[in-house]
Amino acid sequence: MSVFDGLKFRKVYSPIHNLDPRMKFVYVCAMFVAAIIFGELIPLIALFLMPIPFVVLAGVQKEWLRSLRGAAFLAGFIFIINVATSFFYSGNVLTAVDVENAAAMTLRFVVLVESFSVFFLTTSPDHLGLALEQSRVPYEFAFAFTTAVRFVPVLAEEAQTIMDAQKARGLELEKGGILKRIRNYVPILIPLIVSAIRRSLELAEAMESRAWGATKKRTNLYALRLRRGDFALLAITVGLLVVAVYVRLYVPIPAVTQFL
Amino acid sequence: MTIIETKNLTYTYPGGTKPSINGVSIKVKKGEFVLITGPSGCGKTTLCRCFNGLVPHFYQGELKGEITVAGMDPTTHETHAMAKSVGLVFQNPENQLFALSVEKDVAFGLENLGMPREEMRERVEWALKLTDIHDLRERSPHEVSGGQQQRVAIAAVLAMQPEIIVLDEPTSFLDPLSAEKIFEVIHELNKEHGITVVLVEHRLDLTAKYADHIIIMDEGKVCFDGNPREILNTEETRLIGVGIPKATLLYHILKKEGLKLGDVTPLSSEEMAKLLQEAFKIK
Amino acid sequence: MIEVENLHFRYPSGVEALKGVSLIIKKGEFVAIMGQNGAGKTTLVKHFNGLLKPSEGTVRVDGVETTKTSVAALSRNAGFVFQNPDHQLFSETVEEEISFALKNFGFDEETIEKRITWALNLLALAQYRKTSPFLLSGGERKRVALASVLAWNPETLILDEPTIGQDYQQKEKLRQFIVQMQTQGKTVVIVTHDVEFVAECNPRVLLMKDGGVVADGEGREILTTPEVLAQSSIVLPQIAQVFLKLESLGLPKDVIDVYEAKEIVLKNLEKRRK
Repeated sequence: MSVFDGLKFRKVYSPIHNLDPRMKFVYVCAMFVAAIIFGELIPLIALFLMPIPFVVLAGVQKEWLRSLRGAAFLAGFIFIINVATSFFYSGNVLTAVDVENAAAMTLRFVVLVESFSVFFLTTSPDHLGLALEQSRVPYEFAFAFTTAVRFVPVLAEEAQTIMDAQKARGLELEKGGILKRIRNYVPILIPLIVSAIRRSLELAEAMESRAWGATKKRTNLYALRLRRGDFALLAITVGLLVVAVYVRLYVPIPAVTQFL
Repeated sequence: MTIIETKNLTYTYPGGTKPSINGVSIKVKKGEFVLITGPSGCGKTTLCRCFNGLVPHFYQGELKGEITVAGMDPTTHETHAMAKSVGLVFQNPENQLFALSVEKDVAFGLENLGMPREEMRERVEWALKLTDIHDLRERSPHEVSGGQQQRVAIAAVLAMQPEIIVLDEPTSFLDPLSAEKIFEVIHELNKEHGITVVLVEHRLDLTAKYADHIIIMDEGKVCFDGNPREILNTEETRLIGVGIPKATLLYHILKKEGLKLGDVTPLSSEEMAKLLQEAFKIK
Repeated sequence: MIEVENLHFRYPSGVEALKGVSLIIKKGEFVAIMGQNGAGKTTLVKHFNGLLKPSEGTVRVDGVETTKTSVAALSRNAGFVFQNPDHQLFSETVEEEISFALKNFGFDEETIEKRITWALNLLALAQYRKTSPFLLSGGERKRVALASVLAWNPETLILDEPTIGQDYQQKEKLRQFIVQMQTQGKTVVIVTHDVEFVAECNPRVLLMKDGGVVADGEGREILTTPEVLAQSSIVLPQIAQVFLKLESLGLPKDVIDVYEAKEIVLKNLEKRRK
């Protein structure tokens, strides 16, 4: 029952979690733009460091490090490909500048991953669902999103129960060759699908009984309102964009190798 | 005043070979606590689905006979129109909660009706308090126990301030103490707030004492309809396989042994204990 | 025989579901494990066929430690029927459903055939042999699930919440079935919070709370002790409630069966008259 606790969301309160998800999303987009317009290592390092105060304020350091670790493999891959390409391209010579460029490309990827992960780490799904409900997204999509968040852990638990029930009838999943192993999953998939269909019928019935579709103009118990923190974030976002564009256009960016 | 009336109601599910309910004619008075029971597959769930039009709108198929619920005909009114007058609570609490917080779930129906926010807030608070889950309002549904989930489901239909609440085996997944709590909440809604309650249950031990009116079904038909004290004290109900409360059963078999006991059939352990105490005093 | 010694179990999330459970279930016993949802009942019985392995302590089935063998091998001995039949039915016909485990355990064709017929007859399902289990009613599906486990004739039968959603007659049939298993010397373990059902069967009762066993004894004794039951969100069976209120009349308190109750009332009234 508790194996899937990781899938269940918990409400967290922090200055960052309390921000309007729509504002956070705008901020993430600005980070994206900034990361794309710079190809140099120094501004990318600055961009990489920027979310750290947010992470600390939100208290999600552990999760943040874990997501970076997750990206590490791909980052390493990007670095090696970049280094290798310039190495062969310039006739089997490797300069410090090449390495720096490769590092910059890698860091750009990391910044993209990082800003997305900060968004998802600090936005609880109910908030996100609410933001969807109150933006122009059709309500059905927002509803589908929150229902998915609500039922993924339930289904995962159900899959575990089904697996246990079949194991108790002597099913050994790891037995046999590759084809046999795939076939071993049939007794698990069928009950899972049948149960999911039954469940969705019951859900539909309950929805109908609670006036689903009564009016096109649905109202909402919660209202997302922009507060001081959201305006501060907006200011930061605009500042970030202005500085980024200014630096890009008017400031020559030195390379790290020049200081060596 | 009659609030639910059916006349010769007959319905077969699409693809079904025989009718799930067959010629059902019942009358429920406003403010009554009605218990519907009978063996599995007797048609009690299907009958509940007729009350807010899930049968025939959601399940399709043809519904024959007449039905009037809260002054409306569920076969011509859409289910969402019925929802304001008839609230349905289902067996599995897990599959009737969709939101990520308790209060959002309670508000779901009101949101669908397009109610203004302030009014909705008031209704939600009211429903949360009546079902005693106000403290849980910001929790997510998976953080609360099954019994609490079922109270959320009751609050969710209550928030729409229906005249009738229909509950289809609402406690089968719950432990006895959580079940009792649910029945107490329902009892209070009935007695204090005058809401008509239709409760479908196998477990008469826990519920018979609340009922003013009992309907026993078998094979799609109504076999008994009336006062629980009269009906549960008969041999026939036992033969159909209705789980008569043990206290009532004890009364019945003692009477058959020729014991002089009070004339009012007991429906709970309290009532039975009182009768026995009197019997012991006399001698 | 199932021997549990100082069993602790922690889920990967760190939640401790069992906190030092020790008990022995002898061959041929009938045990009801009761308690609130989340008390650890299902977690405990999942150790009996090795679906879960102890984080600490030991579970031995017929002398073999569950950590030293496979779920399949243990299941051969301890058949586990889950609460919801829809979590295991997947075959096109009832017959195939029942043969699933038999094939997994490597029975030969002839034996499989015999066992299917035997299990179907035992649970009054013979007419559904070639029917799809998905077309059956809830109660029938529950019986198919039971038959599919019973077919390999395990020594121990574990039933998780067998009475949920069952009507009175179905419960009565289940009770008779358990009695029948008992006469064949099988061990039966049920997980339940259906007090009235337990009162009718009068098995040994293990009462659980917060991952520990808080009471262990005869059903009639435990089900008539309100202080003990209250800890586990269990209410007294109705007959016990009646007799609890009659204590001042000098009647015994530990009565859970209706017919026994009748005898006691009549006998005591007789005594008074004299």
